[in-house]
Parts: sequence; C-alpha cells; structure tokens
Amino acid sequence: MRHGRWRFLLGALVPALVLHVVFVLSPYAQAFWLSLTDWTGVAGEAQFVGADNYVRLGGDSLFLDAVRNNALLLVVVPLVTIAVGLFLASMLRTSSPRLGQGYRIVYFFPQLLSLVVIAVLWGFVYNPNTGLLNSGLRALGLGGLAHSWLAEPAFALMAVMAVLVWSSVGFYVVLFSAAIEGIPRELFEAALLDGAGKWATFSRVTLPLVRETVQVAFVYLGIAALDAFAVVQVMTVGPGGPDGATEVIGLSLYRTAFTYGKFGYASAMGVALFFATLTLAVLALRSGRRERLELA
Amino acid sequence: MNPDTQVRPYPTRRTLLKTAAVLSVPALGGCVTAGKSDDKVADAGAEKTAENPLGVKADSPLEVVVFKGGYGDEYAVKAEATYQQKYPQAKIDHKGLQKVGEAMQPRFVAGTPPDVVDNTGAGRLDIATLVGASQVTDLADLLDAPSLDQPGRKVRDTLLPGVVDDGTFAGKTVALNFTYTVWGLWFSKSLFAERGWTYPKTWDEMVALCGEIKKAGVAPWTYQGKYPEYINDPLLSMAAKTGGADLVKAVDNLQPGAWKQDGLVQAATAFAELAGQGYLMSGSEALSHTEAQAAWCQKKAAFIPCGSWLESEQKGVAPAGFDMVMGTVPARSSSDKLPVTAVQAASSESFLVPAKAKNPAGGQEYLRILFSKQSATAFAEANSTLPAVAGATDGLTLSSGLGSVRDAVTAAGSDTFTYRFRTWYAPLAKAVDDATGELVNKRISPADWSTRIQKAADAVAKDSTVTKFTR
Repeated sequence: MRHGRWRFLLGALVPALVLHVVFVLSPYAQAFWLSLTDWTGVAGEAQFVGADNYVRLGGDSLFLDAVRNNALLLVVVPLVTIAVGLFLASMLRTSSPRLGQGYRIVYFFPQLLSLVVIAVLWGFVYNPNTGLLNSGLRALGLGGLAHSWLAEPAFALMAVMAVLVWSSVGFYVVLFSAAIEGIPRELFEAALLDGAGKWATFSRVTLPLVRETVQVAFVYLGIAALDAFAVVQVMTVGPGGPDGATEVIGLSLYRTAFTYGKFGYASAMGVALFFATLTLAVLALRSGRRERLELA
Repeated sequence: MNPDTQVRPYPTRRTLLKTAAVLSVPALGGCVTAGKSDDKVADAGAEKTAENPLGVKADSPLEVVVFKGGYGDEYAVKAEATYQQKYPQAKIDHKGLQKVGEAMQPRFVAGTPPDVVDNTGAGRLDIATLVGASQVTDLADLLDAPSLDQPGRKVRDTLLPGVVDDGTFAGKTVALNFTYTVWGLWFSKSLFAERGWTYPKTWDEMVALCGEIKKAGVAPWTYQGKYPEYINDPLLSMAAKTGGADLVKAVDNLQPGAWKQDGLVQAATAFAELAGQGYLMSGSEALSHTEAQAAWCQKKAAFIPCGSWLESEQKGVAPAGFDMVMGTVPARSSSDKLPVTAVQAASSESFLVPAKAKNPAGGQEYLRILFSKQSATAFAEANSTLPAVAGATDGLTLSSGLGSVRDAVTAAGSDTFTYRFRTWYAPLAKAVDDATGELVNKRISPADWSTRIQKAADAVAKDSTVTKFTR
C-alpha cells in the first residue's frame, strides 16, 4: 500500500519537478554562479572572478540611475494604480449593475493588449508634433502645456509611469470589484443607516474588508514596477533616455548581456534584482499579517 | 495517547522535498559553461589547387546562416547555388533568420556553430566579444585567394577601401562585410532646385543656408532623436575632417584627452549652435527614425543625417519626384586635414566563419563566391545598396540616392574614414550617444560634452575586463 502510494506520487510529481528544475531552478542557480564569473555569453568557459561584478555595480552610474528610477516606480506605480483601482471599483459598486458590467469590460481592455503594443501606441500618443496628447492640449488652447514628453528628462519617467498605471489599472478594478462584491450587502446598508457618507463608507467599511486583496495587489504591482523593461525598451528615447532618465534595471541588464556581451556582470544585476523583488514580496506580505478581520 | 495508532501520511512534505532536492542535483550540473571540451573535428580539407585555392573537400556539408532582414536572403541562396554547382556532392543547409544572435549564441557556446554566419541585425552577437572568446576564424587565406571572377586579383584587392580594416581585430581579419555604407546629409534635389538652395560646402555656408531655409518656413534640420547616434554621425564626421586620421585614431585607441581634441570640441560647438539657433525641427528629439524620416519626406525639414540605406528605407514613403541625394558633411574650417569630399564609410552585413566550424574551408570558399563581382552586382541591382566589392555597380542605372552615394565614394577616393570605437567598445558608444543627445537638446555645453565622454573613455581604458584593440 505504502509502496503504491510512493509510486503514484512520484509518477505524478516527477515530470513536473523535472521541468521545474530544468527550466526554472537550474537557470536561477546558473545565474548565481555566472554572476561570479566573467562569462561573455559566447565562450564555452568562464573565469571565476569572485565578487568583482557586485563591486562594479556600486560604481556603475547608469545602473544606479536604473535603481533610482525603479525605486521611484516602486513608490508611485503601485500607489497610484491601487488608488485609482479602488476608486473606480467602489464607484462601480454604487452604479447600476448593467453600466458597471460595461465599464468593467472597458477597463479591462488594456489587459488584453500585449505590453509591447501598449508601448507602441503610447509612443504615438506622446509624439510631440502629431501625438494625441499634444494635439489635444493644443485643441483645448493649452498649447503651452505641450511637451516633448519622452525627450525631456523631467517628464520622461512620468510618461512611462502613466503608461504602466494605465495598462494595469483595469485588472485591479476587476480584482477589487470582485473583492468588494464579497462584502455582505448588510454592512453597507448598516453604514448607510448610520448616516455614513461615501468617504466614510469607503474608508471604514470597504477598505478594511478588501485589505488582503490590496496587499496582494501591492506585491504584484511592486514586481511589475521593478521590471518595466518592455515599456521602457519600446517607448523611450535611447532607450532608457534621455540620458538615463528612464533607465531601469531590466534594461541595464539586457544591454549589458546582449549588447556588451558581459553575461557575468548582467547576471549580477539579475541576482541583485532577484533579491530586491524577494525582499519586497516578503516585506509586503509580512507587514499586513497582524490584524486580520474576520467576517462572522 | 499512543502515537503509533495515529495514521501518519507516509510520504510527508519533508521527505518529498528531500527527494525532490536529491533528484534535482544532477539536473543543475548541466550548466551553460560546461562546453569546455575543445576537440575540434573540422575537416582537414583537401589539397589546395588553382581551382580550389582554399582546399575545400568536395563532399563536406556546408551550413550557412544568413540574416534575413531588409535585403532578404535571395542573394545568399544564389551564392549557395553557385557553390553547389562547383561542389555537387556537398550538402548545403541554408537558414535565413531574423534573430541571428539568439539562434547562434547557444551553438557557439556548445562548440557546434555553422560554417558561415551573417552576424547582422538587431540582437547580433557582439563581434568584439566573439573575437575575445576566440570564436572566429582568421580569414587571411580567403583574402589572399584569387578572386572568383576577376582574374589576376586577390579577394583582398577587389574590396572597397576600409572593408578589410572593418573586419580586422587585433591584426586578424575575422569578418567580411558585404554591404558598404556611407554617412552624410540627405536632401531632396527637387526641393532644393525649386527653392534655389545649393548644398553647402562649408559649415559657415550651412549656417547661412539654414537661416534662409528657416525664413522660408521649413525646418532646416530634423534628426532621428529617439536614437541619438544618428546625429552623432555628422558631428563625428566633421571632427574627423578637421583633425584627420590622427584624430580618429586617438579616439579609437582611447588616448588620454582624445575627446578634448580641438576638432571634436569644434564640431560639438557647431552642433550646439545649430540647436541654439533653432535650426533643428522642434520635436525631433522624440521622433523615431521612421517618424523623423517621414517628416523629412513630407518636406517639413530640409536636411536629415543618415547612412546610405535611407533611400531603400524610404521606399513608398518618399513622394514621386522627391529625388533624395546624399551630400557630404560640410567642412568646419579651411584648414581641415581631410578634403570636404571625404566620407565616413564603413561596411556592414558582417559575414564570419566560426572558429569551431566543421567545414571552415567550405565556409571561406562560400564567402569567395559571395564576394565575387557577379554576386555583388546582382545584390546591388536587387537591393539598391552599394556592396563592398569595388566596381560592382559599374554599368548599372542607379536611382538618385544610390547614384549620389556611388559618386560620393568615387569622389572620396581613398579619403574615407570610420570610427571603430562603436564596435570595439559598445559602452563608450552608448556614452557618446547620450552625451550628443543632451548636447543638441541644449542641456549640456560642448565643453561638458567632451568632458563627459572623455570620462567614459577613460573608464573603458582603465577597465581590465574589456579587450582592447588598437589601430
């Protein structure tokens, strides 16, 4: 009996485990090893160089730009996306069901487009001469506000953030709507009877009850903000410019590996990014562990 | 309580994880860098004769990997057919790919590369890295072999100036580039004739003309701002004309203070002025190459800097009768070391024979066929692009753009120059692009520009992990 159980379990698990080990764990492990070497990406061998690659990271001004930009993205993108997502989701709760359903579908549209397509489209929107944004501003008589959005260091990163928020907010509207729908109706009715306004209902009832979902959203969005490679690569000047204004770690890594042929150094960037992401996920999940509201 | 009576699931989570860990160890051993074994199994090759100067073994299979981009791969297939005719027993394997680098990288690592690789296109492998890793064959035998269809001349002597140098790293020629690119300033001949503008020979004339063009309601210049390397080319060309070959060499050899040479600072100042006067079309700084070039084709701007591929790239965008032609970059001063006809020219579409190829003689023989005059002429006809073989366009009727490019090459004679640092030191190229982008957007001064780049060049020079080259 026990024997059969083993056989069955192994039969079920081994194929999946082997795939996971070969295509997920092994590349990770190799990246850790490669980050300690000077592998060029085309040679069949690599020299061990110790922590040299990590020491270099500290003095690489472009990489530090990337870290700074990713940190900014990490602060802004999740906060704005979640704020907008929560706002729209709680508005949807109070709107008529049919309208709400329609809006939900519309909000979800960006999610259906590949990130590259989104970046290309927004590249057109930001075009300084013929783009939708500047043309719209000029049509409204606000031509003075028109900018070369992606080519001015002061606006380039903001322009990227806007795209990231736009592309992800729809998903979180749907996610939060589902969470809000899970809240018993009576609670809202009770709040209404007690004379709670819209803001009070939101901050005292809705928000505490979707807290866990928001937390998960923070982790997802944080990971997305630490990436941002596709949008930056496709859309920005340089890419990563002007002059490093939109550089992100993923782009530095990509360029170092595939343009400069320094896979060892690029792996070190990857490992650094891995630990940053891991830390973020652990912190975000730990921080909310304490008070957990139970619905009777 | 008797623990024995409790039912315990036998394979606990812990034992399962342990088993999984044990199972995974051998899989982790198969690492990317495990392919160290260097047992070369290349064919020794046959005897070298006049008919077969590279000693190709007639029955050795040949594998050719070609970048299938703007030029397609028809020209490469044609050369393969000629090879097949010559060696009917050889089995030829042709691959036309878009992402050559991605496909070839694992094969280089594993030590099983094809016999010929056209290392071109986005994501191509960094040639300096390949050289550093000893992954490419010295093509000296090929260069000294007799040309296929020009009796009495070696392959080396049939190529345009600079082609051999472009593929030479640390004294060894390891790549041959098939197309010849010339950089300059493009304008519409018909637009200039209609408005009575003449193409300037000196920078002062250029500035004066820009004033006139601006008054006429046209932006004098636009550029592909999303990729600042485009505006780099005329800037560096101007500097090279002022300082001559010595300036270029100092830059490429990472000499201390190379970027502070007067020629470079002067050229940077010229472009800062161009921007300062408002002679660059507004918004150019954020336009991609397609957007900027389209605006230029719509006559919104008079000049655009670009390489000689522009005409074929703008097929279908340029209106009929636009008649684009390329002019050489105007001279900055009257004491320039190179004549105004000098052009920045470099070859591209880089063919190489991997060091670990199974049939290196066949690979080189294939290149001898590809670089024959007949094959090059057919390529020029099909793609309206100048091939790297001298005289390949003789007797052909050329379009306005390609004609102007050929004339520029003829007028330049041996006065062609090219910077090698872009291929030798990619991080330095990035630093130059960034700095020039800032310069023409008036965010840094010419002095800052040269200081910044000098700093980057010094960092590359100091970096012991970078393979250095000299010329």
